[in-house]
Amino acid sequence: MAELAATVTVPSPSDLLVEIDHVVFGYDARRTILNDVSMTFGRGKVTAILGGSGCGKTTLLRLIGGVYPTNSGTVRVFGEAVDAHDDEQLFALRRRLGMLFQFGALFTDLSVFDNVAFPLREHTDLEEAMVRDIVLMKLNAVGLRGAAGLRISDLSGGMARRVALARAIALDPELLMYDEPFAGLDPISMSIAANLIRTLNDTTGATSILVSHDVDECFSICDYAYLMSSAGVVVAHGTPKQLAASEDPEVRQFIRGEPDGPVRFHYPARPLAEDFGVGA
Amino acid sequence: MTDAIAAVGRRALEVLRILGHHATFFLDILRACPAALRRPYLVVAQVHAIGNLSLVIILASGLAVGFVLALQMYYALVTYGAAESLGLIVNLSLTRELGPVVTALLYAGRAGTSLTAEIGLMKAGEQLAAMDMMAVDPRSRVLAPRFLAGIVSMPILAILFSSIGILGAYVVAVLLIGVDAGNFWSIMQSGVDVRRDIGNGIVKSIVFGFICTFIALYQGYEAEATPEGVAHGTTRTVVISSLGVLMMDFVLTALMFSTP
Repeated sequence: MAELAATVTVPSPSDLLVEIDHVVFGYDARRTILNDVSMTFGRGKVTAILGGSGCGKTTLLRLIGGVYPTNSGTVRVFGEAVDAHDDEQLFALRRRLGMLFQFGALFTDLSVFDNVAFPLREHTDLEEAMVRDIVLMKLNAVGLRGAAGLRISDLSGGMARRVALARAIALDPELLMYDEPFAGLDPISMSIAANLIRTLNDTTGATSILVSHDVDECFSICDYAYLMSSAGVVVAHGTPKQLAASEDPEVRQFIRGEPDGPVRFHYPARPLAEDFGVGA
Repeated sequence: MTDAIAAVGRRALEVLRILGHHATFFLDILRACPAALRRPYLVVAQVHAIGNLSLVIILASGLAVGFVLALQMYYALVTYGAAESLGLIVNLSLTRELGPVVTALLYAGRAGTSLTAEIGLMKAGEQLAAMDMMAVDPRSRVLAPRFLAGIVSMPILAILFSSIGILGAYVVAVLLIGVDAGNFWSIMQSGVDVRRDIGNGIVKSIVFGFICTFIALYQGYEAEATPEGVAHGTTRTVVISSLGVLMMDFVLTALMFSTP
């Protein structure tokens, strides 16, 4: 792992909201997705997890949410080991989390308003008038108060992502997780999404974990970043400035978007000559 | 030889695994039912959705079956001078067999596939995962209300099917052919036992509602989160539900009507 974090002050445990400690995980015995991954996420910070497709970034978010148990290692959220929780404790933990899914995961049979109201109606006994006010406030925060009455099918990709963000913050979570929030967005929507993530994090005092492969947008808003390789290991971590200045070949390849390097362009295959029946 | 035995063993283990998976899924839904019942508006909304989905096809099919049944029975009975019994035979055929069975087959094709596709697409669109991450159990919020609604809806639909079928038979037999209306109704009234015929028919449709809805939900929930996965799930819903209903109908008929 590149020693980019050497100059960063190590936070005390009380400053850490999430700790991932030597985690190994695979969906089945045949393939390990995460290979001895260790990360820490500071309270009140925006931390990015960068890496190519399929390197286990989204899986990490699911482990933090307790969707899957780890094969080995520990995931601690709010100071408690997630694996030790039963279903009820897991649901109690998740009430303190908000997650933005890659494509929003909005409920298509509900309107924009009802989508944002969903967690409030499920988890609180608030009067409908109060629910209405909170929903409109959250929608206002993402700039979509005027779209409250729209159907989900009427929204653009960027708008859907913002509605999902409003839903994720409906219960004022302490930890916000964003799964590829910039994927498939036009430059304006991408910039809006990036600003929203930073602003919401700072105004609500939440902690944000941002999973993405969009280097520029992530670096513009995050305090700290981890870079993962396709082997499911952390190859480097540090502040955006430290990572941008890194001379590590794998870090440089990812950040500069070079097509070939330590991460090979070609999927492992037999020699070319053998496949095409030429040569000796 | 040993390979063949190993293959049989592997297949048996696979069948056991699938059965165990179904049983676990069923227990999960059962455990989620009390939570769904505490919010009856969720179940009522699903009864409305499932009923609306199936009502037109059920009523149209019931009427058509009633028409055909009356004609066929008339042709058969008139030979023996027993055309007056037509109402009774139509009623028994519909309430005991055709009502529950045909309704269940239509339900599997209309509402069952819709349920499978809905749940499968919710899974593919990560809506179920989002619910889970919001600390909302999709089994009690999504699956259990639909399961209960299916069990409630099926007997209602079967009763409507049989009722409209009897009306259809009345139109053909009495209004078109000229069978005596008094005989049509009075023989039916005296020959039909409410508990044995209508009651057992309703019990059958409740069992079929259970089978069809459970299979539809299972296939949707376990569908691979791809367009092909959802398509296969909907196909399996129709095939497995139909076979399940027909086989269970034989078992139930043997149990219910074995004594004269």
